[in-house]
Amino acid sequence: MASGIKDKVAILGMGCAKFGERWDMDADGLMVEAYEEAIADAGIDTSQIDAAWLGVAFDAVNVGPSGIPLATALRLNNCGVTKVENYCASGTESFRGAVYAVASGAADIALALGVEKLKDTGYGGLPVRTRGTTFDMIGVTGSAPGNFAQLASAYRQQHGVSKDDLKRAMAHVSVKSHANGVKNPKAHLRKAVDMDTVLNAPMIAEPLGLFDCCGVSDGAACAIVTTPQIARSLGKRDLVTVKALQIATSNGWELQQGGGWNGSYFHTTRVAAEKAYREAGITDPRRQISLTEVHDCFSITELVTMEDLYLSKEGEGWKDVLDGMFDADGEVPCQIDGGLKCFGHPIGASGLRMIYENYLQLLGRAGERQRQTPPSLALSHNLGGMPSQNVSAVAIVGLADA
Amino acid sequence: MSAETGILSFGAYLPRHRLQRSAIHAANGWFAAGLKGLAQGERATANWDEDALTMAVEAARDTLKGIDRAGLGSLSLASTSLPFVDRLNSGVIKEALTLADATGAFDVTGGQRVATSALIQALAAAAGGARPHLALASEMRLSRPASEAEMNHGDAAAGLLVGQGDLVARFLGSHSTTVDFVDHFRMSGQDFDYTWESRWIRDEGYTGLIGGALKEAFAHLGVAGESIDRFIVPITARGVAEGLARRAGVKPEAVADRLAGSVGDTGVAHPFLLFAAALEQAQAGETIALIGFGQGVDVLLFEATGRALAPRRGVTGSLARGVPTDNYMRWLFHRGNLKLDRGMRAEFDQKQPGTTLWRQRKAVLGLVGGRCTMTGTVQFPKSVISVNPNDHAAHTQEDYPLAERKATILTYTADSLTYSPAPPSFYGMIDFEGGGRLMAEFTDADADDVDVGREVEMMFRIKGVDEMRDFTKYFWKAVPVR
Repeated sequence: MASGIKDKVAILGMGCAKFGERWDMDADGLMVEAYEEAIADAGIDTSQIDAAWLGVAFDAVNVGPSGIPLATALRLNNCGVTKVENYCASGTESFRGAVYAVASGAADIALALGVEKLKDTGYGGLPVRTRGTTFDMIGVTGSAPGNFAQLASAYRQQHGVSKDDLKRAMAHVSVKSHANGVKNPKAHLRKAVDMDTVLNAPMIAEPLGLFDCCGVSDGAACAIVTTPQIARSLGKRDLVTVKALQIATSNGWELQQGGGWNGSYFHTTRVAAEKAYREAGITDPRRQISLTEVHDCFSITELVTMEDLYLSKEGEGWKDVLDGMFDADGEVPCQIDGGLKCFGHPIGASGLRMIYENYLQLLGRAGERQRQTPPSLALSHNLGGMPSQNVSAVAIVGLADA
Repeated sequence: MSAETGILSFGAYLPRHRLQRSAIHAANGWFAAGLKGLAQGERATANWDEDALTMAVEAARDTLKGIDRAGLGSLSLASTSLPFVDRLNSGVIKEALTLADATGAFDVTGGQRVATSALIQALAAAAGGARPHLALASEMRLSRPASEAEMNHGDAAAGLLVGQGDLVARFLGSHSTTVDFVDHFRMSGQDFDYTWESRWIRDEGYTGLIGGALKEAFAHLGVAGESIDRFIVPITARGVAEGLARRAGVKPEAVADRLAGSVGDTGVAHPFLLFAAALEQAQAGETIALIGFGQGVDVLLFEATGRALAPRRGVTGSLARGVPTDNYMRWLFHRGNLKLDRGMRAEFDQKQPGTTLWRQRKAVLGLVGGRCTMTGTVQFPKSVISVNPNDHAAHTQEDYPLAERKATILTYTADSLTYSPAPPSFYGMIDFEGGGRLMAEFTDADADDVDVGREVEMMFRIKGVDEMRDFTKYFWKAVPVR
């Protein structure tokens, strides 16, 4: 295996727009909002950015094609801008582009920005769209909750968990994230909910009710990265560096091989997590990871992901959830910022929003929601697609000396 | 004398829902009080994802149970409700049945008796030594709300395999007349029939034309009315079949049930449907008279051989599969007679490139996957490089049809968010017996009957409709095995 990029790249600055129904703004305004915070944090000038990556998933109802919208919104200095799209993992994908550019020496300072403007579609949930000419003839054009809800049916079957037990564990995931979102001024949803509200909510896609589904939001998030040496030369002292950055992509095995994948977990997340832990030198994630931001598009996704990240034993994640292991004051907090569930899910921005929260937590800048035990290693997990066919990204950032 | 010609096999398909006529009357009685007399029994109603073409595929599969499809020479589809006016509907069926390209196919349309007329032609061709012909008849007519047609009609398909060899019914002969008797009509591009007075149709059409043709047919073929054991008159109007039998000297007990109360008048499909029902019951040596009516009359005579066929759904199984429904509104919506607010998610553009459908026609229309000749791995769709993680063999796959294989549900959901004309939308991953898996839509599914481990079978259905360019897209869906 390649030696990896551990500690080769440092985060110079980050920014995040207020997520939500931003009726007041186009995508370019959201990009600028996230960027202004990031560039101020970095303490540099726009002209110092050597290359940029733009993560957007639904460009047709948003910024349109190419990297030009980012260059135009930020008035970049004619540097190369690459637009990336990798389903809901587009944010971490843009981060990967910038980080690799710096790690390779091709750029001294690079920028990653993710943006999504979803509230111009006219309806709730993600836009309905084509997935290619062949898929459109033979695939199922289901909704995102419908795609992920199927995890629950297979999980129950594989692990002998009753419908009620799993529904309660899923509800706990959402109750916890709502409690966390209350403390986050940039979150889309800032209202606590109780178990009964979650359990009795209208069904969206069996067994996922309304509160098992994350919000669909407008938003943008931004990272500016450089080498640790340059960061120090620019006066940065408490450095957050990239410990690992792995993306695993389905090759059709889950979707196509009969009798293979059993439908109850994310094959790619396990692959990405194993590689990321190796890259970061982590041997006991449950002890070594201080906190996580995972892709909780749906409550069941977060629950299963706890197992796929090896924080829970297979088939026991639902019990750990109910035991509060992932609550804000638990052993390994998950979604301390409210997660996709409450911070919101502007697709292209979400991966960067997770890294933003981890960055703030590591530097002790997370305000009211700051984790009490000082964190040293924080993991983000950004997933695109659906359980049967997806892109799973795991990014681990930490204090430079961790 | 050359080998005997006749019917080698038969099959049927009725859509699952049986709309209660009382529900139609309950909705419309305030306006059309006269419907009360018709408000008895139920009618077969196709699901939103069915049409004359998809039902014909199911009838064809039933007909071909236990038959080697490679032996087929040609097929035909008779209907007045074909989805395409200019695209060979029977050509789509050929692809769905994964028949060889060297198979003849034609559509037959234009009147209510075209199925029996096509059958006569197919029997003549078979007598001349043609390879077996699959004659299909299918009908899903639209009807105006609160019309008698809405009450009386039904949706169904049936098939007959015509040829020489091991017959279930021997062809004895036929007689046809053609007269431009316009009891009802429908111009091209129109949705609904215009029908003349029922008393005139009864007197001049049924009694006059059918009665006259029967007399000529019996004389021409040298049979007496009392020798008929099964008298099939595909006219559901009360008393018509009995009256014709009486005047033709046919025993009252020979008059076949028209399925008026359980299915309805299925138009072009009705003679075949009733014939299939008769063949399920007929003992060796029984004489069967089959009538087709529409701008003239076809009379066909057969003698049953009593030969047993491979088990099939048939008419009996199709009737047993039915579930009653009072949901008249759903049916109106599914037939385009009620414009519900479908929401923005229904605006998804379903444009179908002709080129991609051509390249993928086996996968899309025939559910043909691939099987790696080195590892035996089965997959859908076929690809150059195998999906098998232990051996990504390249260029090794052969065609592997999956449509006739049963499968088991591995994951599922009932999705209330995605647009479906019949919410919630059931779908999930299924594993086929013998390998291969598919993320499939489920249809004709009940909420309490979908679970991990449930056995399903595949059916050819409408996947979506490109409403901008008016094109129906077909694919296969999973249906719980019942």
